[in-house]
Amino acid sequence: MFGLKTIRGGVHPDGRKENSGRLAIMTKVPLPERLYLPLCQHSGDDAVPIIKIGDQVLKGQLIALSSGRQSANVHAPTSGEIVAIDTITMPHPSGLPANAIILAPDGLETWTELSAPADPYAMPQEELASLVEQAGIVGMGGAIFPAAIKLRQGRRFEIKTLIINGSECEPYLTTDDRLMQERAEEIVEGTKLVRYIIDAYRAVIAVEDNKPKAIAALKKAAEGIGSIEVVTVPARYPMGSAKQLIQAVTGLEVPAGARSNDVGVLVHNVATVYAIQQMLMHGRPLISRVTTISGNCVQKPQNVEALLGTPISHLMEVCGGLVQQPARLLMGGPMMGQVLPSLDVPLIKGSSGVLALTKAEVNNHVPAPCIRCSRCVSACPMGLLPLEMARSAKVDDFDHAQEYGLRDCILCGSCAYVCPSHIPLVQYFEYAKGELAERRNSQQKMTYTQELMASRAARVEAEAEAKKAAKKAKKQKTTPSARTETSD
Amino acid sequence: MLIATLVLTLMGLTLGGLLGLAAKYFAVEDGNPLVKEIEAMLPGSQCGQCGFPGCGPAAEAMVEGTASVTCCPPGGKMLAESLAQKLDIDLSEFGELPEPQLASINAELCTGCTRCYKACPTDAIVGASKQLHVVVGGACIGCSKCVEACPEDCISLTPAPMTLDRWHWSKPEAA
Amino acid sequence: MTAQTVTQVGASPHAHDRSSVDRIMLRVCFALLPVTAWGFYCFGWPAIILWAVTCVSAVITEAACLYLQQQPMSRLNDGSALLTGWLLALTLPPWAPWWIAAGGALFAIAIGKQIYGGIGQNVFNPALLARIALLISFPVQLTTWVNVLPINSPEAPGISESLAIIFAGQPLVDGMTGATWLGASKVAASAGTHVSELLSNEFSLHDAFFGISRGSMGETSALLALCGGLALIAMRLITWHIPLSLLGTLALLTTATNYFNPDQYAGALFHLTSGGVMLGAFFFATDYVTSPTSPTGKLIFGFGCGALLFTIRSWGGFPEAAAFAILFMNALTPLIDRTFKPRIYGRNRNGKAVKHTPARKVV
Repeated sequence: MFGLKTIRGGVHPDGRKENSGRLAIMTKVPLPERLYLPLCQHSGDDAVPIIKIGDQVLKGQLIALSSGRQSANVHAPTSGEIVAIDTITMPHPSGLPANAIILAPDGLETWTELSAPADPYAMPQEELASLVEQAGIVGMGGAIFPAAIKLRQGRRFEIKTLIINGSECEPYLTTDDRLMQERAEEIVEGTKLVRYIIDAYRAVIAVEDNKPKAIAALKKAAEGIGSIEVVTVPARYPMGSAKQLIQAVTGLEVPAGARSNDVGVLVHNVATVYAIQQMLMHGRPLISRVTTISGNCVQKPQNVEALLGTPISHLMEVCGGLVQQPARLLMGGPMMGQVLPSLDVPLIKGSSGVLALTKAEVNNHVPAPCIRCSRCVSACPMGLLPLEMARSAKVDDFDHAQEYGLRDCILCGSCAYVCPSHIPLVQYFEYAKGELAERRNSQQKMTYTQELMASRAARVEAEAEAKKAAKKAKKQKTTPSARTETSD
Repeated sequence: MLIATLVLTLMGLTLGGLLGLAAKYFAVEDGNPLVKEIEAMLPGSQCGQCGFPGCGPAAEAMVEGTASVTCCPPGGKMLAESLAQKLDIDLSEFGELPEPQLASINAELCTGCTRCYKACPTDAIVGASKQLHVVVGGACIGCSKCVEACPEDCISLTPAPMTLDRWHWSKPEAA
Repeated sequence: MTAQTVTQVGASPHAHDRSSVDRIMLRVCFALLPVTAWGFYCFGWPAIILWAVTCVSAVITEAACLYLQQQPMSRLNDGSALLTGWLLALTLPPWAPWWIAAGGALFAIAIGKQIYGGIGQNVFNPALLARIALLISFPVQLTTWVNVLPINSPEAPGISESLAIIFAGQPLVDGMTGATWLGASKVAASAGTHVSELLSNEFSLHDAFFGISRGSMGETSALLALCGGLALIAMRLITWHIPLSLLGTLALLTTATNYFNPDQYAGALFHLTSGGVMLGAFFFATDYVTSPTSPTGKLIFGFGCGALLFTIRSWGGFPEAAAFAILFMNALTPLIDRTFKPRIYGRNRNGKAVKHTPARKVV
């Protein structure tokens, strides 16, 4: 073992993981009536549907093709009929609609033909990355960045440490914990595969010390594999954030504006690694995921392995339904999770959990003025001054907000968690970041407009020129005498 | 007769020459340099959404103070802010800024007359004669030139719809 | 149950550590209890009445200011006005007349805090500002130090007599008052007497530490102030940076000067245990609003306070320097905050990205 480095700041939120963490993952979720599969369950552009309404599809069949920047494939989670391609409400606080494929399961669960490589370790690494791309796998810890792109980026760098992130630091969530306990061998195999694909020197599975069972299971599974270490990191939020985990495991800091690749590190979530293993060993594309259903409003909190596209309301029913009207519905954990507009939204690739919280759990209060207690400064894992950033954002002074660290803010919410004045610091930062992005976009659009104007002007001129030339040519043709004159 | 003609010609030449000299030496310097700077900051599409015949007159009016720095919808918030900074104006008293508009063509009414795409200053409308025309959202600046040009009244301007990538949290209510 | 709609609320996080401003203020008051109780014991009923008058006046002033500014009255519950009043009471001579207490509290809340825009906006610590304003305006009342007269001693005034002392301005009997040790040392130094001589005759470290000495209510016992301060640190209400660097700086400077010239300069133990140093280091210098936010800034702030304290005590005109030193550093807080920001992850102190050797493969 080697000495672990400390991370700065952070908080120790109440874990509340006991409820969902003690039960095994429920794998037999009854099929819902409809599956809603958004075309964008990843960080980039929409995938393009390659099926028609009325088509019969098989389980695991490719139904929407990745297109454009940072896109990912979508597969049919079960066999059935495509009933519509329409807009649905997305699991997003805005409640805005987005395009989705709507599938009516036929209940037969007929798999499409799966082809897994006989020995992945005998295949060229590039091809394995392509298989991961075909499977539509994205970062399942919530980053939803296409995994294949990350693998390919990793291949271009000398990766000294591959970190498999098992530091599920968000309260309530136990998906990774249960997955590590129950499917440790698959995760270790996946780690080996990823390490092989990117030629990493060593692989580290980093688990927080509040998950002793997961650590034991992984250690057992990784026994005798020299290149894989299982490392215990202290439980502290936000240990699961890539930058903080890199610091804790390797002591390195990712330079501002650079990627972890630049310092020779690549981080993948355990659930992503599991999905990669499923694809490369069994040929199964990403059609389901494990998610935590918890919160005091849920009758029977537990982890479920559900098909992507399953309505959240269906999952709630599977967990015994709601015992009271939730004060807040969340997708993700309470620290960084997003408010859900309703239960009528689908489970997507990045949904690590769905929480139905009571008023007491949320502990929301009317904000009071800042008393400069500097708890936010102590809690910030990035070394920023949240109070100053919020003060600047409040008066739309985004330049100063940037100067105090808005660019480096990871929106982890540690500052707002400890703020005794209950100031919605993260919302100020989200607002400021959004406004800055809007300004960048409008600037881009203006430059684009000016370019378009210039090209139009050039085109109009060229057209006029051509017309003139044509006229001249015509004139010359009609008056041959003129030609003789000029030729003289 | 000849003398009269000569005198008149001479007078004409002298006075004309004097006028020419006066025009040269007593010329009023036109164009405030600030107007030029402001004009360079504007999109330059001469769309006229501000209510002025083009970006030049709008820049002049802004410098004079008769036009608001927020009057340019294609420029958006970013432009309004940089203009306000340039002209030393407090933007907060203007309240909500105008939303950028996008043109859309009613497919049922469009006859494919090509007038709209000829009028478009940013080539944001594509189509061919006798065929349905389509607006390219990314290039449209909502200048309404096409609306005026359309003989069928089938083009309308609407605020750009909110999308998931554009959405962000609003500023929290102040404590 | 299906189709549960939940109204949109706000951005993450959706959890909280359950801290609140009123809880913080009440905990600070709690940490002040030992020192206050000891003050009550030493100076009897007049001190209790004076304390009550100060706190009540502070809260009433706060309420009036909130009303005039049309702010929500619920702000009164944050306890900050009570704390300001309490802290002010601890800095006053224990038998001061009521109008000193009421006027001081009014000044602290109205001029010291609300004029700047209320809680969190003031530049100077309101209680210290009020104390200095009182000291300059009413030097006699503010330097009349009553002898320690425990509440259970036969000579101690009863309730009615105490009310007369505080409210009717009943003159104190001669011989009941005297100078504080700091005051005496100052007089001695200016008169040419050796400080060391005076202190060896008069000063008792034991009394100073445990609090059997003349002074304001909160100044008497360095031990109890220290206990309260350690409780603040234990409750994670303040960090160690400011108190340690303040006391450390003072100790270093006084030890050094005392070593080279013991006749002129008193030692570290005298300085640390007398006057308002302990109370100031833990309760006034660490005031959230008026001290820097970053750890480095806090260390510099504490250092400045300690150095100024020593300077004013040694060569300045006033015997007690803690209030002046802290107020002066309060004025520098915005500057310290701007200059000493924490280092950002992935960036160096100048805000530039940290250097790294690119791990890109050479193809």
